[in-house]
Amino acid sequence: MTMVRQQPATQAGTPQPEPRRRRTVPRGVLNLVSVLLGIGIWWLLPTVGFHDIPAPPEVAGRAWELTVDGTLGGDVLASLLRVFIGFVLGVVAAVPVGFLMGWYGPIRGLVEPWVQFFRTIPPLAIIPLAIVLMGIGETPKIFVIFLASFLACVIATFQGVVNVDKTLINAARVLGAKDRTIFARVVVPASTPFILVGMRVGLGSSWATLVAAELIAAQQGLGYRMQNAQLYYDLPTIFVGLIAIGVLGLLMDRILLFAERHLTSWQERR
Amino acid sequence: MIVIDRVRKVFPLAGAEFVALGDVSLELADNEFVTIVGPSGCGKTTLMNILAGLETPSGGRALVDGTPVAGPGPERGVIFQQYALFPWLTVRKNVEFGLRTAGVPAARRREIAEHFIHLVGLDQFADALPKMLSGGMKQRVAIARAYAVNPSILLMDEPFGAVDALTRVRLQEQLLDTWSQERRTVVFVTHDVDEAVFLANRVVVMAARPGRIVEVIDVDLPYPRTEDIRLSPAFATLRNRVWGAVYHQETPA
Ligand SMILES: Nc1ncnc2c1ncn2[C@@H]1O[C@H](COP(=O)(O)OP(=O)(O)O)[C@@H](O)[C@H]1O
Ligand SMILES: [Mg+2]
Repeated sequence: MTMVRQQPATQAGTPQPEPRRRRTVPRGVLNLVSVLLGIGIWWLLPTVGFHDIPAPPEVAGRAWELTVDGTLGGDVLASLLRVFIGFVLGVVAAVPVGFLMGWYGPIRGLVEPWVQFFRTIPPLAIIPLAIVLMGIGETPKIFVIFLASFLACVIATFQGVVNVDKTLINAARVLGAKDRTIFARVVVPASTPFILVGMRVGLGSSWATLVAAELIAAQQGLGYRMQNAQLYYDLPTIFVGLIAIGVLGLLMDRILLFAERHLTSWQERR
Repeated sequence: MIVIDRVRKVFPLAGAEFVALGDVSLELADNEFVTIVGPSGCGKTTLMNILAGLETPSGGRALVDGTPVAGPGPERGVIFQQYALFPWLTVRKNVEFGLRTAGVPAARRREIAEHFIHLVGLDQFADALPKMLSGGMKQRVAIARAYAVNPSILLMDEPFGAVDALTRVRLQEQLLDTWSQERRTVVFVTHDVDEAVFLANRVVVMAARPGRIVEVIDVDLPYPRTEDIRLSPAFATLRNRVWGAVYHQETPA
């Protein structure tokens, strides 16, 4: 057993050296510079002719007012709650359906045409129908969000199952595993990366759909607040809404990205 | 004992039939180390898959200890060229996989895994993920994993095909080392003539179209096989014989 000593332990885990960058400015610094530059340009816009655009201090002031009187908090909470319920329901429904589609040919044959069909319809286009059928309460909004996350996630899960390396399944079989064990201990872990990517896509799609749904019919929420502000030409509030939507969307994406990195750290990345 | 009795395998091919294996017969005694060499496409993998129970023959039968092969079984361990380690499991968990499937209690599992991880010299990597291992190390994990369920037969399909020449020589020595400590019947497919002769007590040479056995060559070199043996005239003579059988086949047009 001569090989043991020839493989120094340090060599194994160390990441490969990154290709040399020409400049040595860290990326975080560049990101910060970019953000500051963007805000600077925004600040200049009103002074060079775009008089309607509110300057950053005005927007910050409005954000403060809306925060203090509780409006912003209420809107954020209402929007997040809707997206959360719809998204979770969508994922919970999509994962088993996706697994069944990938594992059993007949189920795939039965379900796939509908999934493919509804995938071509933007969830927003369902809103008129949903409102007519479900009224203007929470149900139609949650339903379209559910649809958005379900469709993204079901396709990803299905792809994950279909793409499981056949040799891994054979390896499990020759080690004595039967279908049930192969499913639980090979197919599920092997498709996790796909499912997590599907969840991220689904969350992005849910968030976009939600805000649009609130523009159409809601009594509270970030979309509603902006729609309302539009009636009064209240540009600072619209800006507050836009920034809140962007920041929250980014935050949610980062949380899922973190979970994804963590849960799929076994993957060989290059 | 393995009996391959007029095994035939036919694949449908563009409306016609493609004979991947035409009436192949071979017998293997217990604890033999048999290597199979032949040009690519001569049906080596097909034959292995039939023995493993991953494919069924179109004709003839494969018997293991008198019982026809019907599906995979724990008495036959398989080692694939692409390693086929579960990338989300550590080395230890990979080695324990078959034991867990068989319902072996955790403490006993760990003990057995430890033994075979040690046997292939990977003690320090027991808790590492496959992505941290080199190709040669991955294949040693696969060997330990196959051994752990205590098969009487090991089927290895070009297991060292994807590693560099130097590592390959060491893996061969190490495999023989492991095999001498834990004797099993080994069927080892390769397209490397040197490897075939160095490992085997018998070399089976196959030819393509249809896939068939053209020659079986006894390797009467003693074990343990050392570097001296690898460099000996006797080895060279055998290697040349196998080489001739593989590369001077009359291929039907
Ligand atoms: N599932 C299959 N369908 C059709 N042809 C196949 C299939 N599997 C193998 N073959 C053909 O059978 C022949 C033998 O294949 P294989 O056993 O993989 O050869 P080897 O391992 O010796 O290279 C090849 O010509 C291959 O194309
Ligand atoms: Mg092959």
